[in-house]
Amino acid sequence: MPVPIDELVTRYKRGVPESLLPLLQEIQAEFGFLNEEAIVTVGLYLNLPASKIYGIATFFDQFRFVSQGRYHLRVCRGTACHMNGSASVLREVEKILKINEGQTTRDGHFSLEAVGCMGACSNGPVININGEFHNAVTSAGIAAIIDQFRKKA
Amino acid sequence: MDDKEILISEVLPGKTVLPDKQTLDRLAVLRHDKIKIPVIYIGSGTCGMVAGAADTISATRKYIEEKKIVADIIEVGCIGLCSFEPMLDVQLPGKARVSFRNIVAENVESLLDDVFNGEIPKENVLAQFPNELHDPWDGVPNIEKLPFFALQHRIVLKHCGRINPGSIEEYIARGGYQTYLKCVNNYTSERICELVDESGLRGRGGGGYATGKKWIMANNTVSDQKYLICNAAESDPGAFMDRAVIEGDPHLLLEGIVIAAYAIGATKAYIYVMADYGLAYNRLRISIDQMKQYGLIGYNVFGSGVDMQILLVKGPGAFVCGEETALIRSIEGKRGMPEPKPPFPAIEGLFKRPTVVNNVETLANVPFILKHGPQKFNVIGTPNSKGTKVFALSGKSMMTGLIEVPMGTTLRDIIFKIAGGIQEGKDFKAVQIGGPSGSCIPVQQLDLQVDYESLWDAGAIMGSGGLVVMDENTCMVDMAKFFMNFLNKESCGKCIPCREGTRRIHEILENITRRPSTESGHDTLERFKGIMQLEGLSEVIRDTSLCGLGQTAPNPLMSALTWFRDEFEEHIFDRKCRAGVCKELRVYYIDVDKCTGCVACLRKCPTNAIVGQPRQPHFIVEDKCIGCGMCFDVCKFVAVMVK
Ligand SMILES: Cc1cc2nc3c(=O)[nH]c(=O)nc-3n(C[C@H](O)[C@H](O)[C@H](O)COP(=O)(O)O)c2cc1C
Ligand code: FES
Repeated sequence: MPVPIDELVTRYKRGVPESLLPLLQEIQAEFGFLNEEAIVTVGLYLNLPASKIYGIATFFDQFRFVSQGRYHLRVCRGTACHMNGSASVLREVEKILKINEGQTTRDGHFSLEAVGCMGACSNGPVININGEFHNAVTSAGIAAIIDQFRKKA
Repeated sequence: MDDKEILISEVLPGKTVLPDKQTLDRLAVLRHDKIKIPVIYIGSGTCGMVAGAADTISATRKYIEEKKIVADIIEVGCIGLCSFEPMLDVQLPGKARVSFRNIVAENVESLLDDVFNGEIPKENVLAQFPNELHDPWDGVPNIEKLPFFALQHRIVLKHCGRINPGSIEEYIARGGYQTYLKCVNNYTSERICELVDESGLRGRGGGGYATGKKWIMANNTVSDQKYLICNAAESDPGAFMDRAVIEGDPHLLLEGIVIAAYAIGATKAYIYVMADYGLAYNRLRISIDQMKQYGLIGYNVFGSGVDMQILLVKGPGAFVCGEETALIRSIEGKRGMPEPKPPFPAIEGLFKRPTVVNNVETLANVPFILKHGPQKFNVIGTPNSKGTKVFALSGKSMMTGLIEVPMGTTLRDIIFKIAGGIQEGKDFKAVQIGGPSGSCIPVQQLDLQVDYESLWDAGAIMGSGGLVVMDENTCMVDMAKFFMNFLNKESCGKCIPCREGTRRIHEILENITRRPSTESGHDTLERFKGIMQLEGLSEVIRDTSLCGLGQTAPNPLMSALTWFRDEFEEHIFDRKCRAGVCKELRVYYIDVDKCTGCVACLRKCPTNAIVGQPRQPHFIVEDKCIGCGMCFDVCKFVAVMVK
């Protein structure tokens, strides 16, 4: 059971704007994304307009406003992986899942994110599914990997 | 007394009388110089984990449990040889530590069987670590003599991959934190700033500003509170030096941080780590707790009257937040947008108080300087760039990973001696230095020395230390497009030339890598016009942007245009990509002998550009082909070829 937002906010001092980012991070860690309720509650607690919070949250890559899928795919778009063809891998994934980067499939099974270097450059392109790494994926081989997870879902 | 009490009372204060033999023995045990049971070290940095170290660890655990062997398993950081991960080292009592490469879970059993029987299997063995207390193995090379390590000079990475990053005891047993206590007890903050200034240390985060000068400026500013910020944002999409230091030797960084904080009179230090560096964040959290237990931070550290506090901040991720003023804004809970300088953060920074922002690598150099004196440091390197620099090598070189070389090493030495040349014997084309807003260095300039001045003179920047090696199969136009796209996405949007200009450049580059739908006058004209504008546009962006992101944004494009102009022209005039990367410019044809007429490609082709009868060879109508490569992908008989 996630901790309710009203309780989460009380871990931080009321009305201190520096707490905003850590607080949003904690809410996201708890719920997987930021919803409207979270932003409004935080705004009231920290004494900041909700519009301002939304402006700050959308500025940073970390925050999401839709829930993650059961399987969260992260495709490396770092420099080395790009040279090894990560762009076509990403395109292929988008085609297979019928979503764009940053979106979640309608059945909630998959979500997709493009990220910077994951530190496995020698073996690119790298993708990461719920923390599990797959090295040297090709645009041809990606379908099989996704199928595996689709069966599990 | 237990280890902790001995370390606190005997070792940390750095007494001049030598500790008794019993204590020395204990220290040797903590350093793993003397061991009673075998120790197995497994490379478990992020690079190791990606390569499957988690499975290797569990296989090793299972093995020693099943065979009832008493042994220690230590998860170490990255030694720099990322292409050899997962790495597993074994140290038997009295014998030298031997390192094995590419040990995935399946190899563990046979490897450990051999080693515990006193044999070194020939395959996968890499090298041994020389140590005069240990018997060397026969026929195993010395790790320092490997070409990869021979030209390196390791200060920051000295213990990375060798020591247990989760153990403050081992760090102290190797002499750690004594320098910090020496500083707070014996030196004034002015003296430390002077020593660092004398060492010639310059910022490793990109700007190359003299660290000592920055500290003196902050130290001389009077304020009720000052801050030190360690910049571990590292948002360059192809670099991982800072992460490796934190994962492999967190206490070295922490010691640098507390010394720096003391030197500027700050009692609060922040570490700003990217949120997705999970492992690094946890390592720091644990290490800071250990420091608290040892009384190295908190009130009145070791009776010196100095208070010290370290706070961890999770950066919510944005490239521009690596820039110091943007970073400060983001700690304050605002949008991470850069501010004009002056006032410099050292005068007015976090919460309007004097703040020094330093890179991880800069701070990790500090303990060495104060321990051995500035003279030991400033003999390394070139007249204006002292010390060493850590680089993250990636791309098409034989070896990829982390290296640390003295300033002034040539790129040729780095790429051909240390990294072993190019994969698959291909030709070297260029190396990108300085991250996404760095420049590419072509083969003509390979003898360039890496130090701040030489690179600057050659129109490049040191950046934070990413080196991306490109071979003949890399398209320079495509790379320029990639970097432009990245910078455009990461531009914070404050300066219009940067926000809009990078987008326009990206569009122009898209245009020349796209196959025009018609070759009508308008399209061609647009393409040519774009190219003519690129250079002018670049100048405007460079001259009118506020922060380093915009000022350096045109670099990758301009350097590619300087050195690889012919490739750009080929794309525009001949509509050809010689590396075969720009998909839409590829021209496909079908090999009549190989085609079986299976109609797979004919069905897939989105523009009906393929004609032919079933079981008869097919043809591609070039005029209709949009070069999507669909036929190439679906053909099972390798009959579709690129011209
Ligand atoms: C767009 C941009 C991104 C930057 N990213 C980083 C970074 O990821 N890490 C870093 O240490 N410095 C980064 N810097 C440099 C910092 O602004 C700052 O100069 C540096 O942290 C100062 O530390 P140093 O003196 O130890 O180099 C960046 C600068 C710019 C303009
Ligand atoms: S660029 Fe993809 S892991 Fe480094």
